[in-house]
Amino acid sequence: MSADTLSVDTRLAPQPGTGSLRRFTRRRSTIAFLMTLPLLLVIVCLVAYPAAYGVYLSTLNRTMERSIGLGNFEILFDTDTFWNVVWQSCIFAITAVIAKALIGFWLAHMLHHIPTKGQRKWRGMLLVPWVIPPALSTLGWWWMYDPSYSSINYLISIVGAPPVPWLGEPIWARAAIIIVNVWVGAPFFMIMYLAALKSVPEQLYEAAAIDGATGFQRLRYVTVPMMANIISITVLFSLIVTFANYDIVRVLTNGGPRDLTHVFASYAFQVGILSGNIPRGAAVSLFMLPILAVCAFFVLRGVTRRNKEQM
Amino acid sequence: MAGNGMTRRTTLRSGAGVIAAGVLSAPMVHAQGTGGTLRCGFWDHWVPVGNDVMRRLCAEWGQRNRVDVQVDFITSVGNQNLLTIAAQAQSRSGHDILSFPTWEPAAHARLLEPVDDVIGRLVAKYGPVNPIGEYLAKRDGKWVAIPAVSGSQQKPSLARFDLLKQHAGIDVQAMYPAANQTGPGVDQWNWDNFLIAAEKCAQAQVPFGLPLGSFSDAVDWVGSMFRSFGATLVDERGNVTVRSNPAVRQVLEYAVRLCRFLPNDVYAWDDASNNRALISGRSALIFNPPSTWAVARRDAPAVAEKCWTFPMPAGPQGRFTPYLPYFWGIWSFSRAKPAAKALLEFLSEREQAEAQTTTSSGYDIPPFNTMTDFKIWETEGPPTGVVFNYPVKPHHHAQQNIAFAPAPAEIAVQGYNQAVNTKMIARVAQGGETIDQALNWAERELRNFARG
Repeated sequence: MSADTLSVDTRLAPQPGTGSLRRFTRRRSTIAFLMTLPLLLVIVCLVAYPAAYGVYLSTLNRTMERSIGLGNFEILFDTDTFWNVVWQSCIFAITAVIAKALIGFWLAHMLHHIPTKGQRKWRGMLLVPWVIPPALSTLGWWWMYDPSYSSINYLISIVGAPPVPWLGEPIWARAAIIIVNVWVGAPFFMIMYLAALKSVPEQLYEAAAIDGATGFQRLRYVTVPMMANIISITVLFSLIVTFANYDIVRVLTNGGPRDLTHVFASYAFQVGILSGNIPRGAAVSLFMLPILAVCAFFVLRGVTRRNKEQM
Repeated sequence: MAGNGMTRRTTLRSGAGVIAAGVLSAPMVHAQGTGGTLRCGFWDHWVPVGNDVMRRLCAEWGQRNRVDVQVDFITSVGNQNLLTIAAQAQSRSGHDILSFPTWEPAAHARLLEPVDDVIGRLVAKYGPVNPIGEYLAKRDGKWVAIPAVSGSQQKPSLARFDLLKQHAGIDVQAMYPAANQTGPGVDQWNWDNFLIAAEKCAQAQVPFGLPLGSFSDAVDWVGSMFRSFGATLVDERGNVTVRSNPAVRQVLEYAVRLCRFLPNDVYAWDDASNNRALISGRSALIFNPPSTWAVARRDAPAVAEKCWTFPMPAGPQGRFTPYLPYFWGIWSFSRAKPAAKALLEFLSEREQAEAQTTTSSGYDIPPFNTMTDFKIWETEGPPTGVVFNYPVKPHHHAQQNIAFAPAPAEIAVQGYNQAVNTKMIARVAQGGETIDQALNWAERELRNFARG
C-alpha cells in the first residue's frame, strides 16, 4: 500500500456521525473480500459443492435411500475388476505422461532452433492434435484401429506383415490408447517447454560455453534446472488430466477387451450411469483423489523449495 | 386529480389491483381453453421418420384433447438419454413423460407414477404384455412404466441365405418362410448345428459375426444362448448360481468351441461391427434387428437382396430371442399425470402402434403378442418378407429374452452393462483362463453387485 493511498485512507476516515456500515464497507479487508467474492462463488458452486456432493453420494447405498458409510469403498476393494482399473489407470497415466514429456521436450528443442520465421508455421502444425476436440480426433484414430477395416493394417499389409489386432488384444489395446493420448497431449508439453526455453537467459549458455561445457552438460546443468518448475507443473497438470481421461477409452475400446483398458473415469461411468449404481460410481471417481493429492503435494513442494533456493 | 376525487395513492392501488387480478386469473383462463402443457422426451429414433410419426401422433392427440404437447427427441448416442434421466431424477424436474431404456424403469421405480390403470385397459384390449416387459417394468406388484412401441427391438438371426445354403447346406427361407408356418429343418436349427454351420462358414471365409465385447449386441445374443441352455447366473431371489448351475459350465464350454470359428477380433467389436461385417459381405450371419438390412438396402443392395431374418437356434431349454424394449414412464413429480397417461394409452393402441412400426420399416416391436401381424413385416423387401419372422410369432415356438433375467433388476442391470456373460467367455477363449477361474471371477463380481 503506497503512502498516497494511506493518506487517502486517512482523509476518508469516518467522520463523527457517519454510519458503521460505511466504515465497514471502506475497510480494506471488506473490499478485498467483495472483490474476490465472484471467484469464491465460482469455486464454491463449481468445485466445492460438486466435490462435497460426490463424497456424499459415495456414502449412499445403491438405491440412494440410506447411508452405508464407507461400504462402497469396501465393496470396491473386494472387486477384482476395480483393482485392475487402479493398475491400468496408473500404467496408462504414468506411461502416457512420461512419453508426452519426452516427446514435448524433444519437439520444443527442435522448434527452438528453427529460425523465428519458419518456427511459427511448425508450431501451428504441431499444435493441431491438441486443438482438435479429442472425441473427434479419437474417432479418426478408431477408424484407423478398427478391428476389421484398420487403415494402419492396410498399410502394414502392403509390406506383407500380418494384421495387428489393435483393439482386440489387451496389450495392443493398451498401447493404442496410450498412443492416442500421447498424440493429443504432447503438443501441450511442447508449447510449455518452448516458452520455458525462450525464457532461459542466453548469458548462461555463453558462460557454460566459456567453461567448455558440452551440449549434454549445457542441457543437464543449465536448461533442465532452469525449466524444472515448468516441467514439474506441466507433469502434474498432465497427470491429473490423464488420470481423469475418459473420451479416448470410451471411444476406442469402451474398457475392453475384458475390462483390460478401463481407467477410473470410464469405469466410474460404467458403474455409475450405465449400471445404475451412482454411489458406487462416485466412489470409483473419488479413488483418484488421494493418488492425485499425493502427487500434487510432492510436485508443489518441489516447486516451492526451488523457488526459495532461487530467491 | 383533486377535481375528480382521485388521489395518486388511490390510482396506484387500483392499478396494482387490476394487474394482480389479471395475472392471477390468467392460468385459469388458459386452463379453460386447453388441457395445459405436456412435455415429452422420446427416444431419438435411428430411423429419422420414426420421430416424425411420434410428432404427428402427439400433435393429433393434443389437438383432439386441447393439450399443448411439446415433444423432444433425446438421442441414445453417447448415452445422452441415460444422462438426461439421471439429471431429471436428481433434480426432480424436467419432462412429464420420458422414454426409458431397458433397465431404467426398475432403477427409477420410486420416482415413476404407477400406470396399472393404463396397462389394465390395454391388457383388456390386446391381451397380456410379454413377460420380459413385465419383468422390467413391474416393481412390487405395480407397473411403473408402459412397454413402448417406438424403439423396442429384437435381435434374431439376420443372415445371408445364399451363403448359408452354399456353405452350410441350410435353407433358412425354407425353414422360416414368409408365412405363418415353418418348413423342413426347423427342428434341426439348434446350437449344435449352429456350431457346425459356423465352422463351415469360417472355412469359407464368411465367419459368423458374433461380437463378444461389452456392448449390448454382444450381451444380448450371449444372454439368449445362456438362457436356451438354462444357464442362469443369478436366480430370481438374487442368489448367485454361477457355480451351482451345471448348465453355466456347459454353455461356457460350448461358447469356447464356437469362438474358434469367429473372427479373432470379436472381443473388441461394438454394436456397429457386426452390421458392417454383414453389409460388407464378410459375414454370413449376425444377430441383429433389421436396421442392418435397411442400411444394406441403401448402401449394398446386392447384399440386402440376399438377407433373411429368422429366429435364434434352440438349446436344451428352448428357443430365446434377444429383446431390448423401451418404456414410456411418467415422473411422479409431473403436474400433468392424467394427460400423460391418456397420451401413452393412445400411443400404445393398435392403430398407433402399427403406424410407428410401419414408419420404422418394421423395426419397432409392440409389447403385445397380438400385435405381431402388422402388414409391414409381410411386405417389406427386397427380398419380400425379409422381416416377416422378425417379431416372435406363435409358430416360432420361441420366447423373448433379456440377458440376466430372472435376476432382480438391480443386480441384472449391473451384470448386463458390465457384460459379465461375454467376459466369462472371453476370459477363457481369449485370456487363456480355465473355466473354473472364469466361473470364480463371475461369481465374485455378481456377489458384489448384490451388495450395498
